[in-house]
Amino acid sequence: MSSSTSVRTDDPPAVVLTGITKRFPGVVANSDVHLTVRRGEVHALCGENGAGKSTLMKILYGMQAPDEGTIEVNGEQVRFRTPSDAIKAGIGMVHQHFMLADNLTVQENVVLGAESLHGIGQKARKRIIELSGKTGLNVDPGVLVEQLGVADRQRVEILKVLYRGAKVIILDEPTAVLVPQEVNELFDTVRGMQEQGYTFLFISHKLDEVRAIADSVTVIRRGTTVGSADPKTVSSRQLAEMMVGSELPSPETRESTVTDEVVLDVKGLKLMTPDGSRPILDDVDLVVRSGEVVGIAGVEGNGQTELVETIMGMRRAGSGTITLQDKDLTKLGTLARREAGIGYIPEDRHRHGLLLTQPLWYNRILGYQTRKPTSRGIWLDTDGAKRDTERIVSEFDVRTPGIDVPAAALSGGNQQKLVVGRELSGNPVLLIASHPTRGVDVGAQALIWDEIKRARAAGLAVLLISADLDELIGLSDTIKVMLRGRLVADADPSTVTPEDLGSAMTGAGSTSAAVQETAVVEEGEN
Amino acid sequence: MGNLRGKLLPPALAIVFSMLLCGVALVISGANPLRAFGVMVTQVGKGSTLVDIINSTGIYYIAALAVAIGFQMNLFNIGVEGQYRVAAVVAAVVGGSIALPPGIHTLVIIIVGALAGAAWAAIPAILKVTRGVNEVISTIMMNGLAIGFSAYLIRRDVFGELRGNNIRTPEIPESGWMPGISFGGSGTMFGFLFVAIALGVGYWIMMNRTRFGFELRASGESSTAASAGGVNAKKMVLVSMLLSGAIAGLIGLPEMLGRDHTFSLNFTAGIGFSGIAIALLGRNHPGGIAFGALLWAFLDKSGLALDNVGVPREIVTIMQGSIVLSVVVAYEVVRRVELAAEQRRVGRELGTVGGAA
Repeated sequence: MSSSTSVRTDDPPAVVLTGITKRFPGVVANSDVHLTVRRGEVHALCGENGAGKSTLMKILYGMQAPDEGTIEVNGEQVRFRTPSDAIKAGIGMVHQHFMLADNLTVQENVVLGAESLHGIGQKARKRIIELSGKTGLNVDPGVLVEQLGVADRQRVEILKVLYRGAKVIILDEPTAVLVPQEVNELFDTVRGMQEQGYTFLFISHKLDEVRAIADSVTVIRRGTTVGSADPKTVSSRQLAEMMVGSELPSPETRESTVTDEVVLDVKGLKLMTPDGSRPILDDVDLVVRSGEVVGIAGVEGNGQTELVETIMGMRRAGSGTITLQDKDLTKLGTLARREAGIGYIPEDRHRHGLLLTQPLWYNRILGYQTRKPTSRGIWLDTDGAKRDTERIVSEFDVRTPGIDVPAAALSGGNQQKLVVGRELSGNPVLLIASHPTRGVDVGAQALIWDEIKRARAAGLAVLLISADLDELIGLSDTIKVMLRGRLVADADPSTVTPEDLGSAMTGAGSTSAAVQETAVVEEGEN
Repeated sequence: MGNLRGKLLPPALAIVFSMLLCGVALVISGANPLRAFGVMVTQVGKGSTLVDIINSTGIYYIAALAVAIGFQMNLFNIGVEGQYRVAAVVAAVVGGSIALPPGIHTLVIIIVGALAGAAWAAIPAILKVTRGVNEVISTIMMNGLAIGFSAYLIRRDVFGELRGNNIRTPEIPESGWMPGISFGGSGTMFGFLFVAIALGVGYWIMMNRTRFGFELRASGESSTAASAGGVNAKKMVLVSMLLSGAIAGLIGLPEMLGRDHTFSLNFTAGIGFSGIAIALLGRNHPGGIAFGALLWAFLDKSGLALDNVGVPREIVTIMQGSIVLSVVVAYEVVRRVELAAEQRRVGRELGTVGGAA
């Protein structure tokens, strides 16, 4: 890697974290973390979901104060109370979820909150254009952010931190929202900026990317740094074992259990935006059979969320039919659809899955308030709910001191295991799983995969939506690619690679025989 | 989670705090706070004050229940005030113009009151469900309408009659009265108190043991999670608003069935607004509301004695206001502290805090 030549070893390191400890209620916190980032390098911080990477970066960025430990920047010990202290010290952060105002222009977004630097007029504009080149952003600063694609939005985020004078840039899971091709472009930008002396802290749990971009790697596991590695010599497997501390779980399913029996049949489903200007779902046809996992791949925001919510009855379709085992659900409400046998793991368990301040057993009732064992007629069966919650807690290994603690007290992985356990109760015929392992620890991830596989083997039909392409390819029997509200291609999970899928997800077209475009794609003959 | 200390500490702190605040206000205005509070306490044993307090408690209790049902799902029914006024005048008109056997007559009046309250609440409910009109705005406007509407109904050329220099609806015949418990010179306790108690028990059962109560609480806690769980948000708004209005419709009945037997210009106003404060004070819990209603009634009735010692009795209003404010703040502080403590406890028991591998 030629870029490593720009790493200067004689200067004091750009960032040194020593003995950082952060105690945090209920979840894995940081404990005695040590990290040294040399100036001009791309330093990767690796760890599983929930290992404490983001917390550590929040500490470095001044969003949270460490309980113990010190931070040094360019050889000087510093104490950050707010992000603006960190920015003054030359540290900038690009968050995983973009923090941009869609209805403002690029310039307005960049200048917002930093008006004192170069004003808001021509001087600011000149500076932005100057910096744009470094990030590879080729749009006029006057363009509205809502007109930009995901990759360009990310460049605007980088531009924002450059504009504020950052020399050390934290990229928090920057590739999570990108397809493989865009990842390569991002890496080109990072290397280019590295040549000019910028330092990057690259947070990721994707090992191939880490090995491709980083000059050095620090691995964090269960809140503490477990070691460093040279990405040029270490293998992905060795890294993975450092991260997990044991053997990696795999989403792979063995033999097919797909049957002929159609469970979910969606025909011609259409959904318009609230103002009726454009379709969010455009003529979606979808069949899920008993024992089959159908995976939906797609860049976020292409209609996957809306598809799920329309099937669940939380949104009303404009036209089309939804049939579950010969029962027409099209006109029914969410409760009736659940009663007909749909289990639902929502993509955001806090917003849609749980009543956070209520005890676990009370959460067991949600979605099952009309069915045994949690109710009898108009009456709740609190004893039944408690008993069944005990069952879920033991069967699904929910780590909790009891079923009377509020759901908010559990860690993300345990909350998710509770939700999965609940949604697999009551003999569902169809499970809709939206990002079922997002933001959970590796143990919970393995358990959730196993439960989905077991239910599938028992004849459950599963509709899986995931941004984790490995999960999608590993679990699915059939993969469909969603783009701008349409299912544009089918992929065979036994042969498709994440790169092929990524290409289809952005609409770049099929790059492999494993991805078959469906007839409706509007690009003419080729 | 059944943590009694966490539930009782905030209101106790709030009451002590507001007593201190009122004490300061009294000292500034040149009165002796200890003497003032002493007079209020001794007043309880005098004349009919105790019975008055209990009667008032029952009325406030019903009002606060009506408000609490809306609060449970984050619906702010400010319109209880208007709902009980309209319900009272309609119930008085109907009760005064029909002849039925005792018992049944009373029951009919109660049902008519509940229906009228629900009907008045139905207008903002339907507006909210179909047009998205904010219930705070619409119920406030309905309160204004209620005053005009009830005044119209008791006009002499409509249903009203002139008695002395007061205008009122025709008197309800004795078959429609609800007997009370007489304590001779110490006053008469309204029989409607038992209805209030039954409502409290019913409210507890509904909130804690029925599917409807679950859906109500789930909607209040997280409307998104409720909708994903199959709770029909519009139905819940409609039903809870109607229920709230129906209970509000009973607020005027203890006095009407037990003492006044008519709706007149002397009708007690403002109970709906007190109900909002008491529901806040009692945290929508039937026991808490009972306590809040009792406290409110005590301050109201004992406060009358303050005039005798030359202290303006408006000091009671300051006290009521500061209690509500400080209780809301105190509960929120305690809630946050407890949630954090609970998370720490769970973390400790699972050994993940500071969890080095």
